[in-house]
Amino acid sequence: MDLTFTPEEQAFREEVRAFVREKLPAALRHKVVNSLRLTRDDHVMWQRTLHERGWGGPGWPKEHGGPGWNAVQQYIFEEECASAGAPRLIPFGIKMVAPVIMAFGSPEQQKRFLPDISSARKWWCQGYSEPGSGSDLASLKTRAVRGLDKDGDHFIVNGQKTWTTLGQHADWIFCLVRTDPQAKAQRGISFLLIDMKSPGITVRPIITLDGAHEVNEVWFENVRVPAENLIGEENKGWTYAKFLLGHERSNIAGIGISKREIERLKRVAATEKKNGKPLLEDSLFSAKIAQIEVDLMALEMTNLRVLSDEANEKAPGPAASILKIKGTEIQQAITELLVAAVGPYALPYKAESESDEEGDIGPRYAAGLGAHYCNMRKLSIFGGSNEIQKNIISQQLLGL
Amino acid sequence: MDFSFSEEQQQLQDAIARFVQGDYSFERRHKILKSADGWSREVWQGLADLGVLAMNIPEADGGLGYGPIEALLAMQSAGPAMLCEPLLDSAVIATALVRDFGSPEQRAELLPAMGSGERIVVLAHTEAAGRGQAVWVETSAKKSGDGYVLSGHKAVVSLAPAADELLVSARVSGQPGDAEGVAVFRVAKDASGLALKPFKTLDGRRAADVVLADVKVPASSLLGAPTVSANVAIDRALDLGLAAVCAEALGVMEATVNATIEYLKTRQQFGQPIGRFQALQHRTADMLLHLEQSRSMAYLAAMHCNVADDTQRRKTLSAAKVVIGNACRFIGQQAVQLHGGMGMTEELNVSHFFKRLMAIELSFGDTDTHLQRFAALTQRDIPLAA
Ligand SMILES: Cc1cc2nc3c(=O)[nH]c(=O)nc-3n(C[C@H](O)[C@H](O)[C@H](O)COP(=O)(O)OP(=O)(O)OC[C@H]3O[C@@H](n4cnc5c(N)ncnc54)[C@H](O)[C@@H]3O)c2cc1C
Repeated sequence: MDLTFTPEEQAFREEVRAFVREKLPAALRHKVVNSLRLTRDDHVMWQRTLHERGWGGPGWPKEHGGPGWNAVQQYIFEEECASAGAPRLIPFGIKMVAPVIMAFGSPEQQKRFLPDISSARKWWCQGYSEPGSGSDLASLKTRAVRGLDKDGDHFIVNGQKTWTTLGQHADWIFCLVRTDPQAKAQRGISFLLIDMKSPGITVRPIITLDGAHEVNEVWFENVRVPAENLIGEENKGWTYAKFLLGHERSNIAGIGISKREIERLKRVAATEKKNGKPLLEDSLFSAKIAQIEVDLMALEMTNLRVLSDEANEKAPGPAASILKIKGTEIQQAITELLVAAVGPYALPYKAESESDEEGDIGPRYAAGLGAHYCNMRKLSIFGGSNEIQKNIISQQLLGL
Repeated sequence: MDFSFSEEQQQLQDAIARFVQGDYSFERRHKILKSADGWSREVWQGLADLGVLAMNIPEADGGLGYGPIEALLAMQSAGPAMLCEPLLDSAVIATALVRDFGSPEQRAELLPAMGSGERIVVLAHTEAAGRGQAVWVETSAKKSGDGYVLSGHKAVVSLAPAADELLVSARVSGQPGDAEGVAVFRVAKDASGLALKPFKTLDGRRAADVVLADVKVPASSLLGAPTVSANVAIDRALDLGLAAVCAEALGVMEATVNATIEYLKTRQQFGQPIGRFQALQHRTADMLLHLEQSRSMAYLAAMHCNVADDTQRRKTLSAAKVVIGNACRFIGQQAVQLHGGMGMTEELNVSHFFKRLMAIELSFGDTDTHLQRFAALTQRDIPLAA
């Protein structure tokens, strides 16, 4: 057993750290570490910066223009980026649809779509969930009917997707659609890439409890999609979807983010006063921080064990579910303590805040903490809710 | 022991429940919140017509002279509506302070007007560094001529923008944290040197930071008698407020649990209502445990908020705030979680319940503050030598 990173891995960490330190603009970092809302341009700018360095697709193999990193390198990269306050990579293009296109797309599709993803020329969003199909995704109803006319082989898509994160910015959406209504649930689903500018698509905002516009409804009304945008085989979409969900583990636990947030929590608690003394010296409060820190330490170790198993090609078991549950619980617990730390100053409402300059209500670091806490409730709901993750774990354990 | 309510009490409860169901729908509240003021005179008058604003005012002062049990029922019934009018702030806390501490002239001037809805008065007391401890007052009042000069900063004063006048606590002697030396002053909203920085809070209400930069007030603005420290009166008014907010929380939590149960029965996934999944059944059961524990503590708080023995009263109220604060968080979070993506939307009442419960948890001293106060008070009970 050896808990240390190899000298090569250490050197790699230094390289990433130096790069982020040099390239990440201070204003952007400020927004990220204070959980202020990022614009589309903020995300695109950072993605382009990474792309220029050849790191636009951190998990991508060399043959598709990626750096060809192994799982440990990807982990180190993400951890360094997160703790330095770089924006998280918007996963839909880089981590979700790209691996599917690499594994199941045609060479033409790979040539056509992949370069625009790593260079952030095109923004992707994910069209899986529907109003009636959340946890039970296989029950989805959006219909795609194949036809041939003078303009060629195509699908006509009708239906509604929902909860589409940042769909308002998107150029493309990857969708699961039902192509065979007669087949059993999972068997009649196909994986389609759809241009968001196609006639018949309507995007409507959903405002979340923190007052922000982050998710959308996407309506399809007789939307024509060229058959060349079908990934793999018709009615095999579920296989690709499952591949996608199981694919990305390097950052599911959010270790780097949590480390950064704990530092922030301590900074806030060192500044806030209780009985005239720093809140950080209050034994009850500091014990709560300590509890989160030790939980995070354990999770980091678990995460590294998973990575090492993966490198040795051992079956991962329910690891992804464990990392997701614990990782999101820890992230949510930190937001609770941040709110408790600033007390009533978490209450002034700041929606869609892109800056904390204007506010002179309460300390500057308190701006948006309440909204952030509200927003982070989503972590245990999306990406397969934590209840569903526990079902997956217990099904594997009990096999009943 | 008797946990039943009298006919009169039940009528009060029903009347308020009917009022909020009829006149304070989700849509109406939404509209009111979006208006410039963020609260409604019309609703306020409606509450006055029901008598709710006069419930805390003695009959001798032109009120109904109800006690804490009626306040509990009123706040609990109003809870699900999440009123953005200053019911708690003016009709419960400020009336109590004027009633128990005001001079006969002040009572005669203020109480009938407050009870009829004409005059809204809000206590500006909490300060950032106080973290919910009633005694922490840094704002100073210096004697000057035949009046006082007030300076300081009051933090996140709920509904201050709606008030016609503020009751401002300020220290005439001693240090922040001292149990004596605080006085309360009546300050008009347009007093020179007084600045309100109004804002919306997450739960949709209006609040303000109140900045006092050398605000000159005459001696007659002093509430009560000049020789008596107001600490005790403030403490008791806030305890009354705490009991009332516990009752409000109970009402909000009942509505939250009911909405969640309804959703579990109707939302279908995997070909069945999600309430069939045992993991969710147990979670709902836990929500109900929190709710019933909270109900018990809200009753206890109501019955103790007038107890004269400070230790006894504070102990009980802190215990109530701890149990209810924890319940607010658990029930709020689980309601959102069990609603899935829908729970995250502004469109559903559940997300608004969640935010109100969060605000309640942070108000009147948070859970840690009361847990520590409770510990400090109860540890005195243990004899040092066995
Ligand atoms: C902020 C946000 C962003 C999102 N972004 C996207 C996106 O970009 N693209 C996309 O396609 N989707 C997205 N989603 C959708 C997300 O994946 C779904 O919300 C999630 O799958 C849960 O589905 P649901 O909301 O329909 O809840 P439901 O499935 O209705 O679940 C409701 C509750 O029941 C529980 N439950 C359901 N089934 C079971 C069971 N068998 N056993 C125990 N408990 C169960 C759930 O855990 C939950 O607590 C997003 C959601 C949110 C909140």
